[in-house]
Amino acid sequence: MNALPLLSTVIWLPILAGIAVLFTGSDRNAGLARLLALVGAIAGFVVALPLWTGFDSSASGFQFVEREQWIQAFNVYYHLGIDGISLLLILLNCFTTVLVVIAGWKVIDSRVAQYMAAFLILSGLMNGVFCALDGLLFYVFFEATLIPMFIVIGVWGGPNRVYAALKFFLYTLMGSLLALIALIYLYLSSGGSFSFFDWYMLPIPFAAQVLVFLAFFLAFAVKVPMVPVHTWLPDAHVEAPTGGSVVLAAIMLKLGGYGFLRLSLPIVPDASQALSGFVIVLSLIAVVYIGLVALAQSDMKKLIAYSSISHMGFVTLGIFLFNSIAVEGAIIQMISHGFISAALFLCVGVLYDRMHSRQIADYGGVVNRMPVFASFFMLFAMANAGLPGTSGFVGEFMVIMGAAKVNFWYAFLAAATLILGAAYTLWMYKRVVFGAVANDHVAALDDLSARETLFMVVLAICVLFMGIYPAPFTEVLHVSVNDLLAHVAKSKLP
Amino acid sequence: MQPIAFPIPDLAPAAPEIFLLVAACAVLLIDVFLAERSRWVSYVLTLITLAVCAVMVVTGTGATVYTFSDMFVRDPMADVLKVSVCVAVATILIYGRTYIGDRGMYRGELFVLALFATLGMMIMISASHLLLLYLGLELLSLALYSMVALQRDSRAAVEAAMKYFILGALASGLLLYGMSMIYGATGTMNLEQIASAIAGTDNPKVWVLGLGVAFLVAGIGFKLGAVPFHMWVPDVYHGAPTAVTVFIGSAPKLAAFALVMRLLVTGLESMVVDWQQMLLLLSIASLVIGNLTAIAQTNLKRMLAYSTISHMGFVLLGVLSGDLNGYGSAMFYVITYVLMSLAAFGMILLLSRDGFEADMLDDFKGLNRRSPWYAFMMLITMFSMAGLPPTVGFYAKLAVLQAVFSAGFIWVAVLAVLMSLVGAFYYLRIVKLMYFDEPKDVTPILPHPDMRLVLSVNGLSMLVLGILPQPLMALCIVSIQYSL
Repeated sequence: MNALPLLSTVIWLPILAGIAVLFTGSDRNAGLARLLALVGAIAGFVVALPLWTGFDSSASGFQFVEREQWIQAFNVYYHLGIDGISLLLILLNCFTTVLVVIAGWKVIDSRVAQYMAAFLILSGLMNGVFCALDGLLFYVFFEATLIPMFIVIGVWGGPNRVYAALKFFLYTLMGSLLALIALIYLYLSSGGSFSFFDWYMLPIPFAAQVLVFLAFFLAFAVKVPMVPVHTWLPDAHVEAPTGGSVVLAAIMLKLGGYGFLRLSLPIVPDASQALSGFVIVLSLIAVVYIGLVALAQSDMKKLIAYSSISHMGFVTLGIFLFNSIAVEGAIIQMISHGFISAALFLCVGVLYDRMHSRQIADYGGVVNRMPVFASFFMLFAMANAGLPGTSGFVGEFMVIMGAAKVNFWYAFLAAATLILGAAYTLWMYKRVVFGAVANDHVAALDDLSARETLFMVVLAICVLFMGIYPAPFTEVLHVSVNDLLAHVAKSKLP
Repeated sequence: MQPIAFPIPDLAPAAPEIFLLVAACAVLLIDVFLAERSRWVSYVLTLITLAVCAVMVVTGTGATVYTFSDMFVRDPMADVLKVSVCVAVATILIYGRTYIGDRGMYRGELFVLALFATLGMMIMISASHLLLLYLGLELLSLALYSMVALQRDSRAAVEAAMKYFILGALASGLLLYGMSMIYGATGTMNLEQIASAIAGTDNPKVWVLGLGVAFLVAGIGFKLGAVPFHMWVPDVYHGAPTAVTVFIGSAPKLAAFALVMRLLVTGLESMVVDWQQMLLLLSIASLVIGNLTAIAQTNLKRMLAYSTISHMGFVLLGVLSGDLNGYGSAMFYVITYVLMSLAAFGMILLLSRDGFEADMLDDFKGLNRRSPWYAFMMLITMFSMAGLPPTVGFYAKLAVLQAVFSAGFIWVAVLAVLMSLVGAFYYLRIVKLMYFDEPKDVTPILPHPDMRLVLSVNGLSMLVLGILPQPLMALCIVSIQYSL
């Protein structure tokens, strides 16, 4: 193993960088705060790279493991380790943090240090969630992520930010508090252990499995979010500043999907299988119904928020189909959605920074003034619609294939998203970008700045690379997913 | 004629209390000869007294020793609680210094009363005899009543003092009545002997005992401020000068916890089935009413009063689990609670100034603009009270919840969790005011350096203990294990 505790570095470096940024103090030192945040974010990404290069994708089990006693009284360990699933999410997270820092560079001009620090700390905490192999450690990181996000939405958000921030916080807290009860149950029934590995081996009677499953389900379904507990997301997205929306969509939603994979499935496999029909139906409702809802939106951010819910429906659908192609597809979809939704929110952010409106009706003919922007926006819109050759296609296609193996109608309904997704995304695109120049404000638009072009190019490369050559991603996942499914297939009833 | 023998009891276990008594009298005497401008001498002497007292407790043997004909016990639990009391009282005095100075209460009486209240708490913590327990409680209560009334020109304060006195006297009466029944049924006032008397015999007077327990629980409920005996809490918290409110709201809860442990656990453990049910009712009612009512408050002191009620519900939940695990977690909770309430009231004191009480929620508006550092301290405090990681409040709730769960009260744990969700709402509102709103008052915040230091340490301690909770948690669990 490495001499340097890599995972700890990946978690704590951004957090320490965030604290350092906080100490730059007031807005007089905004330049320094920005610079320090950028250095911190890039350093966070760079230290995560050895995880990728050092990861052995043919080995099963967890890698880069660290284990120290943490709270003796509860037998809690500071236990970290990653498999293929967490690896991809950690890299996505570190990558997104860099983007967010760059995206907020000019736009945020009040309390810059706090803004940057919140994102750096959030990034470290989310890495913690993806690395934790101990129930309590997982929960601590999982919950702690709420605090910076709450502040980000509430301080730098739109006019209705207070409502959105509180709703976001209380909704997610409700889910996770019940999960805490489930954790305590598991702790007590495993004879006083919070280790995931002990929980994976623990036989649990069916009735208890169902209750534990439901508690976890509530926590993670709120995060994902699934219908019918999704209503916080459009509010939060609309009010959050661009960076907040990006992180929320790209990473925070994935905490839910990750939770299903890391906790629900392996700890209570029998209940997961027994209730999979229920989850699948909710996922399909998300895909189809929320897709229709997205069609009716007049606010661009809201539209993308609903589109996120619809796409995350694919993730939960894939996870609960229990075959390797669907589960891998779900994870690929998570990563791809991370890129695409981040890109779309950044695109809206670019427009919003210039026009201070998110209403589709206020735009029209943007292509005449911003041709470069329009082409990037086009690419991401197509990716969101699932065009082959973009990352959006890969995950959706895998999930649909997996669904077809299980039930024709699942696949049929899931495939409806390809039509709906294309409809709402491209219709929005048409109304905003094409046509005659709608008004004087549009006529006065400037095209992308160098800074904006930079993150557009980077995201475009990611989206295309993943769409054309997804093998590196699936390769990493293969063993982890197969292990997981093999574990889930075994009954844990006593 | 037989000469009457007065054996000198072993004074060593009670040395900190004896020192405190002597020092309190010394401060009282010295203060008389001090001019107004050298009042700081009393302040410094009081702090030194508390520090020395804490050191004397820490440097004790750590074993369980009885003295004064087994009326007084010194065990690890008592040591931990006493040190916490001394630290809490010292913190309170530091926080309150400017506040009481601005309001003309910077007088020797306050320091002496604070020291006597501390002595009362320490005696309560170490009592193993009903009478001594009662004496300690009264010493504490009388000192507190007078402290509330210290601002004698304030109608609110005098009213609060009166209310506190009457209801407190009623509670003491209930407690005393309960004690008399226990004495009647067992023929002894020593807690250990009571325990063996109840356990040993097939007691025919069990209904008397049951009634006695009911009165004791009612008295405890009053002192802790648990629903339905909570009526005095919001009014007294609100009416008392804030520097006194922080006193009432923090250190005495440690002593009240000791009262519960000595009475119910040491003395009446074999009646656990009886008091468990009673405490269950009290704690559920406290959790529900405390949290729901706190939402409606616009005054921060009242809000914290209701939040205290709900926190006491959590403490009682830990106790009613009825095993070492539960007692340890309740103790951890109560110490954590004291830390949090000190910081919360400390923030009110920080923002208050001459002629201005920063006790309305709106006074915290835009604090992040005025002082990011103190806003951050309050943020930690609020999240800790809400029980969110990574703050120590989370582990306190976790400890209690797992104890309740393992005692089989699963639905209670679920209810407690839902109520902490409700609680999160009003704590978040403070965070919202501080961070999301613009300040309406831009007076610079210029505390004394000692207050600045202590408040920062207090705030950060919640974060540090939230990241590394092991030491405090282990301390509580181990001290309970060695004491029972």
